[in-house]
Amino acid sequence: MVDVNHRLTIDDLTVEFPTRRKLFTAVDDATLTVEPGEIHGLVGESGAGKSTIGAAIMGLLDRPGRIAHGTIRLGDREISGLDQAAMQDLRGREISMIFQDPLTSLNPLFTVGEQLVETITAHLNLNAQQARRRAVDLLDRVGIPEPGRRVDQYPHQFSGGMRQRVVIALALCSEPEVIIADEPTTALDVSIQAQILDLIRELARERQVGVILITHDMGVIAETTDRVTVMYAGAIVESGPTVQILGQPQHPYTKSLIAAVPRPGLKLHRFPQISYGGRETTFKIEDLARNWPVQPATDGPLLQVQGITKRFLDKNSLIPSRRRYFTAVDDVSFDIRPGEVFGLVGESGSGKSTIARMIAGLYGMDAGRVLFDGTPIEDDVDGYRRQVQMIFQDPYSSLNPRHRVDAIVAEPALHLGVIPRAQVKDRVAELLDRVGLGAEAGLKYPHEFSGGQRQRISIARALATQPRFLICDEPTSALDVSIQAQILNILKDLQEHLGLTMLFISHDLPVVRQMCDRVGVLKDGALVEVAETAQLFGAPQHDYTKELIRLMPKTDLLSDEGLGSAAE
Amino acid sequence: MVAYIVRRMLQSILVLLVVGLVAFSMFRFVGDPIEQLLGQERTQADVDRLREALGLNDPFPVQYFDFLVRAVQGDFGISYRQSRPVADIIAERLPATLELALISGLLAVTLGIALGVFTAIRRRGVAANVIMSTSLIGVSLPTFLIGILLIYVFGVQLRWLPTFGRGDVVDLGWWSTGLLTESGLKSLILPAITLGLYQMTLIMRLVRAEMLEVLRQDYIRFARARGLRSRAINFRHALKNTMVPVITVTGLQLGSIIAFAIITETVFQWPGVGLLFINAVQFVDIPVMAAYLMLISVMFVLINLIVDLLYVWVDPRLRIDGKTA
Repeated sequence: MVDVNHRLTIDDLTVEFPTRRKLFTAVDDATLTVEPGEIHGLVGESGAGKSTIGAAIMGLLDRPGRIAHGTIRLGDREISGLDQAAMQDLRGREISMIFQDPLTSLNPLFTVGEQLVETITAHLNLNAQQARRRAVDLLDRVGIPEPGRRVDQYPHQFSGGMRQRVVIALALCSEPEVIIADEPTTALDVSIQAQILDLIRELARERQVGVILITHDMGVIAETTDRVTVMYAGAIVESGPTVQILGQPQHPYTKSLIAAVPRPGLKLHRFPQISYGGRETTFKIEDLARNWPVQPATDGPLLQVQGITKRFLDKNSLIPSRRRYFTAVDDVSFDIRPGEVFGLVGESGSGKSTIARMIAGLYGMDAGRVLFDGTPIEDDVDGYRRQVQMIFQDPYSSLNPRHRVDAIVAEPALHLGVIPRAQVKDRVAELLDRVGLGAEAGLKYPHEFSGGQRQRISIARALATQPRFLICDEPTSALDVSIQAQILNILKDLQEHLGLTMLFISHDLPVVRQMCDRVGVLKDGALVEVAETAQLFGAPQHDYTKELIRLMPKTDLLSDEGLGSAAE
Repeated sequence: MVAYIVRRMLQSILVLLVVGLVAFSMFRFVGDPIEQLLGQERTQADVDRLREALGLNDPFPVQYFDFLVRAVQGDFGISYRQSRPVADIIAERLPATLELALISGLLAVTLGIALGVFTAIRRRGVAANVIMSTSLIGVSLPTFLIGILLIYVFGVQLRWLPTFGRGDVVDLGWWSTGLLTESGLKSLILPAITLGLYQMTLIMRLVRAEMLEVLRQDYIRFARARGLRSRAINFRHALKNTMVPVITVTGLQLGSIIAFAIITETVFQWPGVGLLFINAVQFVDIPVMAAYLMLISVMFVLINLIVDLLYVWVDPRLRIDGKTA
């Protein structure tokens, strides 16, 4: 039975941001309906206008954004034209919102209880004691153990997943009818993601809350939503039941978006790239091969990691025996063969990035050693640095914003003196051209590029010294799925045409499945399993690996159209 | 927590020892005290006797140690110029400076925070923009000029307020206060504004910048999305989060209000320790200079200690015992 009084209806919504030069239309004539108890997915790439719809419903559009026309109705009441005071009354009471990052959406200086109580008393007529009791109840309901004790703790005393539960509890303070969840699990590990999505499903089912789930993750959409609306450049391109949209997409954009999603079950030779809207990029890695030094023949493994351990000081003390350490990496050993892509997977805090930094020589080791081509890395630091380069996760913070792109790309080559100064300019131009940016990109600054373009600058920088080994630390986790496909294709080309060996670190199992020849699984700083990729995904040995694979969002619903031929 | 405080204290003591060394060095390297103490008609025997009596023949570390021991007991020796114990002179002058610093500090903090919050919340309003533009004057004009301008306008032209001295003071035995008489309060107004104006504009601009930063944070957006009232968001959630950097700067600024009261005290002939110091410099009265140096460093160290404790009070993340569960 559907209660029409709590249905959220959006009709012909257009949101505009007037800027000095022109009018930017963030949402263009969007129409959608969310029934009580229904989870309605809103999917699209960054800049598609998904979050703007959420903000428009809440009346929280950033300046100078405004609703140009169209209506938003809750039941038969129009809420798009309400004044600030009426809106304030509605927010939290009838429509709540959950934000992406639980680390930043709670005020760090107030206890969880204080934040709950103030929200409860803002909406319900309860005294301090009753409000506190309700706060404890809410924490209990979202699955926080010992709610009576934890209500008096500060946000930093909660883990990421627990914090997101607190955020959900805050959204539930006065039994809202609609919840807008804006990328609620993007910042979380898969196991936590599964729990939070379960909780959201449960809320929708048991309390008949209508949920708008905004996400860029097709796996989350496939697993959680009843209906889905696909957006591209501010406009809705397709909308309907999830099974139908994902299984038989009609619109070419939806088709290309679905095709770009990495599948855990099937290894592809190349990712299909989104060819919608003329955003194709061409890169010519194979052309680099002409000037690339031939990889010297190596018999054994190229990189040997032998029992490396890293401890961080947790609590300092003058007395050495009272110091407490946190073992981030615990006696990890593996080999990487020449020309191979070796994957390291694990959840946050499992030590993936620490291992990458130790291998790169950025962190010292408390025990163990790393051998490159049979030589311990500390024996020839400069030579090693020439051979090994790194690509970082965040393309926004890993490029110096005050340097021009050509200077950024040239820096490692100049610093290590790999090639004569006179040739650096040509090398930089060639690299930028080959990664599909064009030589003239060197004259610009990093902020003029999108996330995917910046990551290609990072790749060009890593290639400047003509290394043999690349360390890629979550190179695509900050990128949209179509951009991710591009970057992964470039990396595959590097392996194929230049014979580069790679350490590929990721928390995203489907991506690892596509990229890696062998995979190591990390848990709490220790390596629990190393296996050939197909074997790891087909017949995982360790319980933890099985658990990770079980929790992967399922993509069975997704259409196979446009995937091309499989590699295996 | 206790370990944290103890460590801070130890650091403070180290700082004071170093400042003490500098202060003590003045005796050794800025003129010869014997020259100052004994007049023209002296014999070599007098000089030797006095040297021995003052301990000037002891090795440098021993003299430094003696200086420290006496300094800790509040004994900074005898003023060369006034021939009275330095400690007494300072104790006599200190209330004037502390009262001035307190009033201008309060003025700077309360007005600075209030105006900072106002200009941040109404950042597109006319009033906020006028305040912001005017505040540039406060930041850019030197203290003595502000003082002279205020004296000219309110003292000379309008004749509303006195232009020098403390007015009538009430002696409470160990403290002489100007806060209890009308002329005392009137006398405070101009110097307090002069001294506090720069700090006030600085605090205001800092609060505004921090506040604008905090208002962009996710937890503020989330607070809005929960339907909290604007007042609760601005004054509870946002203001408390702006406090950590504001406390740092404000603490240091209050230190300099005391330390750099010198200029204001000179302009207004305010009988405080700053004026005392200026006079001491003119007459090379080294014990007074050394004592002043020590006094100011004690103040700075104390303020910094308080600032560090305030951090912990404001920000629960700094309380080390609360580990992530």
